[in-house]
Order: sequence, then C-alpha cells, then structure tokens
Amino acid sequence: MWQFFHKLGSPKWFYGIATRFMPWLLASGLLLLVAGIVWGLAFAPKDYLQGNSYRIIFIHVPAAFLAQSIYIMMAFSAVVTLVWRMKLADVFVKAVAPVGLVFTFLSLFTGAVWGKPTWGTWWVWDARLTSMLILLFLYGGVIALDRAINDEKSAARAVAVLVLVGVVNIPIIKYSVDWWNTLHQPATFKLTEKPSMAVEMWVPLVLAILGLYLLFGWLACLRMKTEILIREQRTRWVRDLVLAGGK
Amino acid sequence: MNADVQLSLKAEDAAIGPVRAMIAVFARDVRVAFRQRQDLLNPLLFFTMVVTLFPLGVSPEVAFLKQSGAGILWVAALLSVLLSLDHLFRHDFDDGTLEQLMLQPQPLFLLVLAKTMAHWMLTGLPLVLLTPVLGLMLHLDGNSVATLCLTLLIGTPVLSLVGAIGAALTLGLRSAGVLLSLLIIPLYIPVLIFGTGTVAAAAEGSPVAGYLALMGAFLFLALTLAPFAAAAALRISLSNS
Amino acid sequence: MAFDSFSAFLVMEGHGPYVWVCYGVFVLLLAGMMFWSFRTHQDIYQICKRGYEQQSKVGQPKPKAPATFTRVEVSQD
Repeated sequence: MWQFFHKLGSPKWFYGIATRFMPWLLASGLLLLVAGIVWGLAFAPKDYLQGNSYRIIFIHVPAAFLAQSIYIMMAFSAVVTLVWRMKLADVFVKAVAPVGLVFTFLSLFTGAVWGKPTWGTWWVWDARLTSMLILLFLYGGVIALDRAINDEKSAARAVAVLVLVGVVNIPIIKYSVDWWNTLHQPATFKLTEKPSMAVEMWVPLVLAILGLYLLFGWLACLRMKTEILIREQRTRWVRDLVLAGGK
Repeated sequence: MNADVQLSLKAEDAAIGPVRAMIAVFARDVRVAFRQRQDLLNPLLFFTMVVTLFPLGVSPEVAFLKQSGAGILWVAALLSVLLSLDHLFRHDFDDGTLEQLMLQPQPLFLLVLAKTMAHWMLTGLPLVLLTPVLGLMLHLDGNSVATLCLTLLIGTPVLSLVGAIGAALTLGLRSAGVLLSLLIIPLYIPVLIFGTGTVAAAAEGSPVAGYLALMGAFLFLALTLAPFAAAAALRISLSNS
Repeated sequence: MAFDSFSAFLVMEGHGPYVWVCYGVFVLLLAGMMFWSFRTHQDIYQICKRGYEQQSKVGQPKPKAPATFTRVEVSQD
C-alpha cells in the first residue's frame, strides 16, 4: 500500500501511466458522450411537462455534476498537498481548476438558457443557481491566487489552504442560500425533481455523465502532463523521454 | 516593534503564558493603531459614504429605504471591513514584526486570533456604533435598528476572522487588494444572508432568537477554525518572501 | 426517433434555438478546451525538445544536481 502511495507521488510514473491510458479515456469518453447526447437529443421521448426544452438536461446535469465533483477532488488533493507534500497533488489542483471553472460556467449557461422557455426568464435567484454562481467565484479565486504567487511551492500550498477553506464553506453557503431562497421567493420556481424519470430519459443521461467524466479524466491527464513537463524539464528523465521521442 | 512588547514577548522568558502573549499582541496593535488615527477613521468614512450612495443612486423614498436599509447597511459594513483587511498584517509584514511573532514559543494561531480581535475592535466595533445613526437616516424603526446592531455585533467578528485568512494568503502579493476581495467575498455570503434575514424577520415581528443562535454558531465556527487557517496561510506567505 | 422529420428535429416545437444554443456552446467550449490543452502540451514539449537539442549541441548537458548546499530536494522519482 505504501509503495503504491509512494509511486503515486512520482511524476515520472504518472507520466508513463497517463500516456498509456489517455487514448482509452479519450475514445471511451467521446463514445459515451456522443451516444448519450444523440440518444437524448433525437430518440428520448418528449417530456410531457416541459416539452423539448428538457433535452438540455443531457448536458446541463453532467456539467453540473463535474463542476461540483472537481471541487471535491481538488479538496482531497489539497489535503494531500498539505499533509504529504506530494508533487502530483498540487499539479492536479493547478491543472484542473480552469476545467472546473469552465464546467461551472457551462452548467450556469445551459441552466439559464433552459430557464427561458421553462420559467419565462433567463435568470432567477433560485437557490441552486445562486450556489452554482458562488462556486464559480470560488473557482475564480483559486485560479487568481495561483496566478498571483510566483513561487511554485508556496502557490501550491496557499491554493491548498484556500481550497480547504472553500470546501468547509460550501455546505454553509449551500444551506444559507437554500434558507434565503425560501425567505425571499415562493417555491414555484424550483426545479422540481421528478420522482421517477422514464428509463429512456435517464439511460442517456447516465451515459452522458459517464462520458464527460472520462473526458475529464483525459483532460486532467493531459493538463497534468503539461504541468509536469514545465516543472520537471531540468530533470534527467524528462530529458531522456523527450530526446527519445516519447510523448 | 515596540521595545516593551519585545520585552514581554521574549522567547527565553518562560513565565509568559499564551494568554499574556495574546494580551501583549492585542495591546500593541491597539496602541499602534491609535498612533495612526487616520487609518481608524477611513473605514468609517467609507461606510458612511457607501450608505449615502444608495438614496442618491436608487431612490430616497421612505418606503424603499425602510425595506432595504438593513441590506444597505450590511453590504456597506462588509465592504468597509474588506477595505480595512489589507492593513491587518501589512505593516507588521513590512517591518518584520510578523517574523518575530512567528518565532515566539506561543502558538501562532493564538497570536493571530489576538491580532484579529484587535482588528475587529478597531473597525468592526466602530461600525456597529455608527449604525444607529445611519439607520435613522435610512428611516429604519427602533426595533429594526436594534436587531441590526445585534446582528452586526455578532457578524463583524466573523468578517474579521474569515478575512484574516484572505489577508494572510495575499500578503506580499502585488495586487493584494483586489485579490483579497475575490477570495473573501464568496465566503462572506452566509453571514450577509443571515444578518439581513434576521432584520427582515424582526421587521415582520417573528422571533429572531433562532437566527441569532445560528449567527452565533457561525461566530464560534469561525473563532475555532479561522485562526488555524490564517496561521497556516501566514507561514506559507512568509516562507515565500 | 422522437421526431417525424429532420426539420421537426431542428425546430423542436419552438424550443430548437434554446436547445441548439446550449449544445453549441457546450461543444464549442469542451472541444476548445480539449484542443487548447492539447496544443499547449505540444508547444511545451517542442520547447523542451529544442532546449535539449541545443544543449547537446553546445556541449555537455547539465542535468540538475540532486542536491545543493541551500536546499535538499527529496526526489519522488
């Protein structure tokens, strides 16, 4: 177990593994995502309440899922950075934060466009939308802090502290925004959760979610490899690898 | 660094307990602040000016002000605290006091807590004291003003404590001021929501004890966790420079 | 197929523009992010390669010393 843990911290080992797995991640991710989207767009039945606009769900929900779980993953990495000073953990946080920002933006954007035909307005100060917006701010803060600190090591550790402070706050923010929403708004605008979704609807949704997770895996590997190249370019193994023509 | 504080914080003086060290840091911060009175006055001026902007910019009607006065005052207080946070560690960082503090045998998070409490007493507390006057100018009734002051009294220490983390993280960076706001404003949202929510509940005549208890919970959560995070962030920032 | 014809698929009973804008932005951003990350990786790789080739042309390559006087680097390789 500890040997595995030790290996996991090695950029060289990760670089090799990532290079091996990336084509599979890309192929399976694209396949599942395209299958889910095509199924959802063209073959899934129309929603009896919302009509065809509900088809946005097949990208909206995966994006929102990823937006939230990327932050959680970053929080775990942050703990690893602070406790074990593992190089890969802070490479992960740095590589993945912009991806999380983009997915958060996408879930907000698709939510807003979905809201127009459903609620008749682009934006409501609904609890979920507001907490997503705050998540966007948190991502923005992480990226800004990382860019502002020049020294790599202190940047990694400062960002780790910030991510952890954020993750402690997320439940509090979520709770208070829910509470605020019931105070200020009648509950009519809530995105009501369907008690049971038709199978033809949730199978493509699950496909799209899985596909996007796999594609995120590919993106994370690629961006981490780039970051490793930048950081380790003066080590012998990178030199040997690049001169040998390995990717 | 003042000579007397240096004396009372001497590492070899084993008799100095953490509480006395905290008192020494607190007293020193207060004394330094009173030597630069303009810095004490600035957040208050800013607070008043922001509040003035709302009747001018939105509407001076009594109904509007009655309805949104509490929100305006809370937002203005939040911004003033944010503005003053930059000074929390900056001077001590520039003249090396901070490094001295870090070398003390007492735990750093206690000293950070003492500094944060001093910061609150010098910015948060004056804001609370100024609130009744501005509340009257915004046509809030007596009950609302009282509740508002109470929520600010519980809420502003949370603002100082959480803000201390941001101030420590951005210490020594070039665009520290803007960055600090970016990092900290999302974390201020729960306090703002409950602060204004309590006043709204009081205006409706519903009981506010539950809301105040929740804000108290925020305060204690911040009191227990924020100094650790701020101390960790300070160590990182100082190892950087 | 949930639609009778291709044009019905595009129109989606009036919800077409909303759905297509969403999917368009999604695909654009996702593909853009993937492409841009890939390009950045290629660029960095080429820069490294050029650097190493120049180094070996100039003379003895100087790999980083494992430790210096000021700071001991714990290698995780």
